[in-house]
Amino acid sequence: MALRDIKARIDSTKKTKQITKAMEMVSAAKLNRAEQNARSFGPYVDKIQEVVGSIASGSSNAKHSMLLTRPVKKTGYFIVTADRGLAGAYNSNILRHVYRTILERHKSPDEYALIVIGKVGVNFFKSRKMSVMDSITGVADQPSFAEIKAIASKAVGLYADGTFDELYMYYNHYVSAIQSDLTEKKLLPLTDIATTKSSSSYEYEPSEDEILEVLLPQYAESLIYGALLDAKAAEHASRMTAMRNATDNANELIGQLTLSYNRERQAAITQEITEIVGGVAALE
Amino acid sequence: MKTIQVSVVTPDGPVFEGNAKMVSAKAKSGELGILPGHIPLVAPLTISAVRVHDVDGKTQYVAVSGGFIEVRPEKVTILAESAEVAGDIEVDRARASKERAEKRLADNKQDNVDSVRAEFALKRAINRIDVAAKR
Repeated sequence: MALRDIKARIDSTKKTKQITKAMEMVSAAKLNRAEQNARSFGPYVDKIQEVVGSIASGSSNAKHSMLLTRPVKKTGYFIVTADRGLAGAYNSNILRHVYRTILERHKSPDEYALIVIGKVGVNFFKSRKMSVMDSITGVADQPSFAEIKAIASKAVGLYADGTFDELYMYYNHYVSAIQSDLTEKKLLPLTDIATTKSSSSYEYEPSEDEILEVLLPQYAESLIYGALLDAKAAEHASRMTAMRNATDNANELIGQLTLSYNRERQAAITQEITEIVGGVAALE
Repeated sequence: MKTIQVSVVTPDGPVFEGNAKMVSAKAKSGELGILPGHIPLVAPLTISAVRVHDVDGKTQYVAVSGGFIEVRPEKVTILAESAEVAGDIEVDRARASKERAEKRLADNKQDNVDSVRAEFALKRAINRIDVAAKR
């Protein structure tokens, strides 16, 4: 390769590196914020879980439709993906798994309904001719509850009015900056409420059933929001890791190119000297 | 003097923490006044102001919407979808969303989901304006 070509490649790789490096740092900052958000959401969900748990354990006669398993005719899937790629295997992990699961479980498209967050997920299902019942894209990096409320309450409403009889949620659970786990969670019916043995048995005003009417949808919505915060943290983490890998690769490539650039240059100099020496020898 | 711990939590994080002589809130079934040592209670709240009467005799107002109150003898927890302390409310924004909701209600006379939602938004905005006026 000519000297100039190598030089051009080194330059362009350096520019790419600058970009990936910047994206890595942006993602690191966003990850920090996302972790904070998840943390400040903690007290809310803990408390609501405690109250739901104590109502569920305290009373056997409270029968809310969200607590009861019913025969399944249609299954809902709530899938959380990102709006953009460049995040390693973040999106493909989830989508591949969900796609396979759906094909395994269902024979006809009437048996399932999809609710998708994120552009990547929406495009994935569209290109496979699977209809997406509802979707939202362009979720902020630090989503507020108000942003998510509409789609969360719609998902819960679709269960309540019998459009589907169970609801699964798929998202990447954030473990650490370098690890996130694909998580499948059965959201509705709420079967796995931890029955806390809290000593206080509550008075209900006006009645248990009416409390559950308010509380359970709010609980389910908060679980969805919690999953989204978790997924956001995982997204930033995996984007950060992907960008760090890209930066490392660019460094390596620049190293190799610089080496061959120097070799090439040295070869050119040596050749020039040989030619001069040869020329002088011919004159004598 | 006996006091009761009060905390208001939303999905976006805790909004208010403090101690109080008394807490009053508007539940769906009516006004509730809670003193220290109240029996354990759970009740859904309306879109309204929660009043926290603190030890110095001052009253703090918190606008809450879509939530419920959990009472224990020594602690009151309010879990709301959104909540704001009176001092933090941006009145201009609340006014703007009130106008928006009013307009949407006027445009859309039928009784459908949109108008129900607009009505809720209007209630929330009015509540926030009211609460902000009390600071």
